[in-house]
Formats: sequence, C-alpha cells, structure tokens
Amino acid sequence: MLSIKENQPVEFSSELFAQFGEIVGRYPEGKQKSALLPILHLVQAEYGWLSTDAMDKVAAYLGIKPIEVYEVATFYTMYFLEPRGKYTLEVCRTGPCCLVGAERIMTHIEKKLGVKENEVTPDGLFSWRGVECLAACGYGPVLQIGPEYTFYENLTEESVDQLIETLRNKAQHEA
Amino acid sequence: MGRKLLLEHINVPGIQTFEVYRQKGGYRAVEKALKSMSPDDVVEEVKKSGLRGRGGAGFPTGMKWSFLAKPEGVPRYLVCNGDESEPGTFKDRYLMTHIPHALIEGMIVSSYALGANTSYIYVRGEMMPQIRILEKAIAEAKAAGFLGKDILGTGYDLELYVQPGGGAYICGEETALLESLEGKRGNPRIKPPFPAVAGLYGCPTVVNNVESIAATVPIVNDGGEEYAKIGIERSTGTKLISASGNINKPGVYEIELGVPVEEFIYSDEYCGGIANGKRLKALVAGGSSVPILPANLISTTIKGEPRLMTYESLADGGFQTGTMMGSGGFIVFDEDQCIVRNTWNFTRFYSHESCGQCSPCREGTGWMENVLYNIETGQGSMEDIDLLWDIQRNIEGNTICPLGDAAAWPVAAAIRHFRDEFEWHITHRDESQQRNYGLAHYADPLEYA
Repeated sequence: MLSIKENQPVEFSSELFAQFGEIVGRYPEGKQKSALLPILHLVQAEYGWLSTDAMDKVAAYLGIKPIEVYEVATFYTMYFLEPRGKYTLEVCRTGPCCLVGAERIMTHIEKKLGVKENEVTPDGLFSWRGVECLAACGYGPVLQIGPEYTFYENLTEESVDQLIETLRNKAQHEA
Repeated sequence: MGRKLLLEHINVPGIQTFEVYRQKGGYRAVEKALKSMSPDDVVEEVKKSGLRGRGGAGFPTGMKWSFLAKPEGVPRYLVCNGDESEPGTFKDRYLMTHIPHALIEGMIVSSYALGANTSYIYVRGEMMPQIRILEKAIAEAKAAGFLGKDILGTGYDLELYVQPGGGAYICGEETALLESLEGKRGNPRIKPPFPAVAGLYGCPTVVNNVESIAATVPIVNDGGEEYAKIGIERSTGTKLISASGNINKPGVYEIELGVPVEEFIYSDEYCGGIANGKRLKALVAGGSSVPILPANLISTTIKGEPRLMTYESLADGGFQTGTMMGSGGFIVFDEDQCIVRNTWNFTRFYSHESCGQCSPCREGTGWMENVLYNIETGQGSMEDIDLLWDIQRNIEGNTICPLGDAAAWPVAAAIRHFRDEFEWHITHRDESQQRNYGLAHYADPLEYA
C-alpha cells in the first residue's frame, strides 16, 4: 500500500479545472490519461505537494483508477508525496557537477539550513535534496527551485548564502 | 571556424522571437517543403544527408523515417525527445532556450514528411522554463500561419504540443517516453513491435531527438547532399557537443564532425584547455554511459592515429581502447579527479534511474553501487573488483532497454583502464579518502559522502 504519512483534503478551483480541460484537449478522444503528468505538475504547483486526496480527485477527473495516479506519482522524482519547505533547493549531485564542487555545495547547504536532506526547516521555509543530472553540466554546480524550476548556476558558497537570504526576505514580504 | 548550421544566429539579439528568427531566414524550410516538395521528397533529402540520430544511438534518421508504417485511416505521430537526461549532456536545453524556433520549424518540416497531423515535444519536467519558451514559440508560429489548419494555404494541418515529463532518465528511451506520454510509468516496452509500427496510442510513431529534428531545417534548405559534404565518411554534418568538467570554457559547441579531439579540448575556439593549469587524466566523450578513456587514448587511437570527433574515430578500437560519440556529452577529468568515486557516482545515478522492470538492472545497479561505495570509502577487498566485473557482465545485454548496458559500460571501462586505482583504494584504506591515487598533491577534500 501507498505509504503516505499525512493527507490533506483539497478542493480544486474552477481556474484549475479550466487548465485541466485545456490540457486534456491536446490528446485524441479517449486518451485523456495522457494529461496525468502535466495535471500533477499543476496540482503540485498549487498545493506544494500531492496528497492522497488530491491524487484521488485527479483520478476521478480523468476517469482512471486512483492506483494509476499513485503509480505515476511514485515513479517520477519530481512529485512530492509529503509536504516540503516553501522552497526546496534541488542540487544536482551527478558526476559532471561533482567535478566542479557539487558535493561541497550540498555540505554547505546542509550546514547553512541546519537540516538533513529531505527535512524541512522549523520555519517551514526550506528543504533541500540532491537530485540526479539536471542537464546543465557546463554551468555546474547547479540547483533548481520549483514550481517554476528556476535555475541557479555556477554556485559558490557565497552565492548559495545570498540565494537563501533573498528567498527568506521574499517569504517575509509575502507573509 | 567551422560551419554553423544550428547555432549560426545564436547571438542575434531577439532570435528567440518569431519575428527575428524569420528575418534571419527562419521558416524558409517550411515554405520550401510544403509548397515545392512531397513528403517523400523530404524523407529522401534526410536520407541523402546521412544525418544520424543525435540523441545517442546514432541510427540514421532517414532510415528510421522510412520504416514508418502507413496504414490507411490510422493517424501517425512524430514525437520529439527532449527528455535530455544523460549526464554530461545539455545541448538540447541550450537549443530550446536560445533558438526555440529552430526546433518548431524542424517539427513542422518533419511532421509533414511523416504525414503527422498532431505532434508532441516531450520535454523533461525540470525544464519548465524551456517548456514555457517552446509554448510561446508555438503560439507565435501559429499566429503567423505556420501551424494549425491549412498551413500557408497548402492544405496541410498540424497541431503541436509540449508535454512535460516528471523527472526520470529512463524516459529518454523512446518506448518509455511513449509510455510516459500516455500518462503511465516510464517502463520501456518490449520490441518488436517498434514504434514505427505501434508507437503512441498503438499508432505508427517516429521518436527523434531535439537536435536531429532541428537539423532537418538546414537539410531541407540546402539539400541533403550539401549537408553530407560536411564531416567525414558516415559522420556527416554538424553536431552539438556539451562540454563540461575541468575545462576553461565549458558550454555547448557546434562542431563540424571530424574536428580532432585534441583540438576540441585545447583550442580556444572550444574547451580552451584544462582548467587551473592541471593535466588531463580522463575523458568521457559521449555522456556518462560511454566507456571512459584514459589520457593516453584520448588524442590518438591505439594505432597512433589522431582521434577525431566522429562516430567512427571515437569508436576506434572498440570498447577495449575506444569509446562512443553517444549524445556528445563531453566530460573532461583533470589529474585531481578520482575515477573510483566518479564510477560510484555514475552507478548511483543508474541505480536511482533504473525503472525496475528487469532484475539484472534493478538488482545489479544497486549492488554495484554498494560495492563501489565500499571500495571508494576504504572498505573494499580485491575480490570486489572481480565481483564488479562479474555483475556488469551479467547486466549487459540482458535487459529490455539499453539502460542496463549504459550502467555496465562505465564500470567495465573504469576497471579496464584504471584497475590500479581501484586496487590502490583497497591497499590504502585510510588514504583513499584523504587523497587521490597516484598524484602528489591533494586539492579539495570531498566531505560529502
């Protein structure tokens, strides 16, 4: 069975349903399941992660079984099955980035945020993890932050500190 | 300076927009193909060009197209593979970011050649910004009458959509990509049937890499024979090379196939030499899957001939002393890099990315990762090296898709060429974490394990 630590009931807005509908229209009649990956990205952008209830409602919308959504959500690495920090720093940990210091950057982020990989800072703002090759090897070390998947390249300890500071300020302004 | 076919206008301000791209001669290939050529004419030009798939396998694109089944009343699909995930490869990201209309134009020309009226560009989900760029480019092309119904009044209809992936290397394998596009896990399909017969939604489908599709634009504009004049033998045309690692000028370079490897590494036109005045230790020439080469086999082949950036020359010597062009992911290692650590890192990648369908790959990649980790951290034994050799040999060729081979080859090549470095890790347990093998100084402690 799907190991989900917590659930969160959701109600999709009419705007979100309108976006779902636009996506479904890209495929031939009866092939609406093709919309599953793009729709899960939209849902995650809205709620920050995919709760069981959210996945069940996507299944109902697409007329497929919930397990068909779970198996996709668990297979692909971009979908979060538990709440994360508002900003999840995803650092490329694959070979080429490691040649230019990615491991040092991850150690630094761990120290700076004071949480281990996949944990959330007490203020709920940050989490981080190493991810596999992000296809930006010439600009390494790199990290990305969803849901826009903005890229930060040629990272140094100083640029990471600055980035974290900027995000912290941004979150304060938004609060 | 070599000729540039794909990146000729890359530095023109505003080239991302339809307007500027068009001013620079963009969409001429669409006009030419749709108005003055039959679909079969386009296929013929691509065949003549000798273009080989730029995603990694190097299979002739024109031949792949000619396999497409054309049963009456059944839709055909063109799917572009923009799942770029092979470690060391970032050329498609570059192309889609900076000159998106080159891909859109190629998609229109190629879809016309194949008789597809709906085509998809599958882009890895992490490239959300590139997805937005492509969607904007599609809207611009559509507004200008190059997409949609009755394109340029020729009666040809084409709808083009961008599909995001969910983060999975395996979806670069074409049948896994099709599964993913159908909204499923990216488990590769058993072949046959090949996608050319039963692909997307069971319909005849061609899957081509981003760069291959963009290359059809100059092929249609100038003719396949002109394209084939560039390059050497069966390595025709230009190729985007993603250069990374310990070099002065990492980045994406368009080369005429046939440039000497030594020139590519040391010339200021390309990589600009090894960074920080270090020495070259090793090279992965075509993405993490291809065999790593030690310094003595990089500039020259075992026969002492200059090694060139062509499919044939890179492969010269087979896996014993050669490698592969692959996707053009060119990763350069300087003298401070640890081959054992890098092999462990790559193997962790394949273990993480194995879809889990075939037991040799599912179990073997994780097993190799553990053994390599033990050796790297000074906990290995001499038998472990033979064990690794045995595991990789039992993965290679025994899986549905090439991910198993891709995981086996880097391990085999690392042991073949750097066995002494593996042994040193075993005989110098304490030192293996303190400094690198065989080098006088140690630069940068790797704290993260």
